[in-house]
Amino acid sequence: MAGFLDYFKGSRKNSASIAKERLQIIVAHERGLLKGPEYLPMLQQELLAVVRKYVPITDEHIKISMDKEGEYEILELNISLPDLSNKTSLSRFP
Amino acid sequence: MKGKTFQKGITMAKIIVVTSGKGGVGKTTTAAAFSTALALRGYKTVVIDFDVGLRNLDLVMGCERRVVYDLINVINHEGNLNQALIKDKRVENLFILPASQTRNKDALTLEGVTTIIEELKERCDFIVCDSPAGIEHGAMMAMYFADEALIVTNPEVSSVRDSDRIIGMLASKTRRAEQGETPIKEHLLVTRYVPSRVTNGDMMSAEDVQEILAVPLLGVIPESKDILRASNSGMPITLEEKSDAGQAYHDAVARFLGETRPMRFLNVKKHFLSRWLGG
Repeated sequence: MAGFLDYFKGSRKNSASIAKERLQIIVAHERGLLKGPEYLPMLQQELLAVVRKYVPITDEHIKISMDKEGEYEILELNISLPDLSNKTSLSRFP
Repeated sequence: MKGKTFQKGITMAKIIVVTSGKGGVGKTTTAAAFSTALALRGYKTVVIDFDVGLRNLDLVMGCERRVVYDLINVINHEGNLNQALIKDKRVENLFILPASQTRNKDALTLEGVTTIIEELKERCDFIVCDSPAGIEHGAMMAMYFADEALIVTNPEVSSVRDSDRIIGMLASKTRRAEQGETPIKEHLLVTRYVPSRVTNGDMMSAEDVQEILAVPLLGVIPESKDILRASNSGMPITLEEKSDAGQAYHDAVARFLGETRPMRFLNVKKHFLSRWLGG
């Protein structure tokens, strides 16, 4: 009987737990952004602009992150190039 | 009852910032309640309104008609600190330093604030800084010298997110952070809490908020009709002895001073009949 009632109660996920989940995700994300140096977002945009001069990539193709290893700060830049087997793509790109 | 871990008049004043990021969550109510409760315990306390241009602490504390000189006047040497400090008429040891209502917030210079804080530090036990909302200059000035921070948060998404931003700033943009000293001691104060809505699953619990922000929970203040009534009449809520919210603030102050107090007002109030019947 209790299970029967729970079924109806549980059919709508309670909004407080939705709020908590959403906050945990956004807070973790924003803390990650703020942890890096202030120039990081600008650097990311400029690098993106340079690469785009030669290869047609979008925001998702470039990943930039800052890590600390001992005394060194490591700037990691990851660009995944789109499939260029279609050779016209480069020349077509201004 | 006196605080056990803090000796009056021996050390330099402790500076407490009341902050939140988001507006309307209860910063000024908290600053008024907290400073009044500290003064009631015999600590000489000054509460400073940092909301230049939108001062309201004077109204909440019922001294709006006694403002002659303000924070900016003191910074600009148009009046001295003694002239600007308003002595509370009800509570011994309590002083209010109002914000300016007419000036631009740029008048709040770091040098000016430094001079005021240095002077007050010698003369009292606690300096409570009531921060304006936002993350602009006024909020930065309010938190800059803090030793401890009260992070006022409603159990609601925008308030929690903004509090997290403020926590980040406490750790990076303050004097203690810049000079590499021990970080500001942070305390979470969850306000406007409605236990019945938490039970229903419509409101995040204080534990949820605490878990997300990862700041120790100092107190939970229940949503209360007394708060509006108290501010209507310019009465800090900690002077209302019968109020749940007032008692919750007194508990929070006791914990702040190192006493152990169980959390109250976290459960749904039982109807008097069910209590009478032992339910």
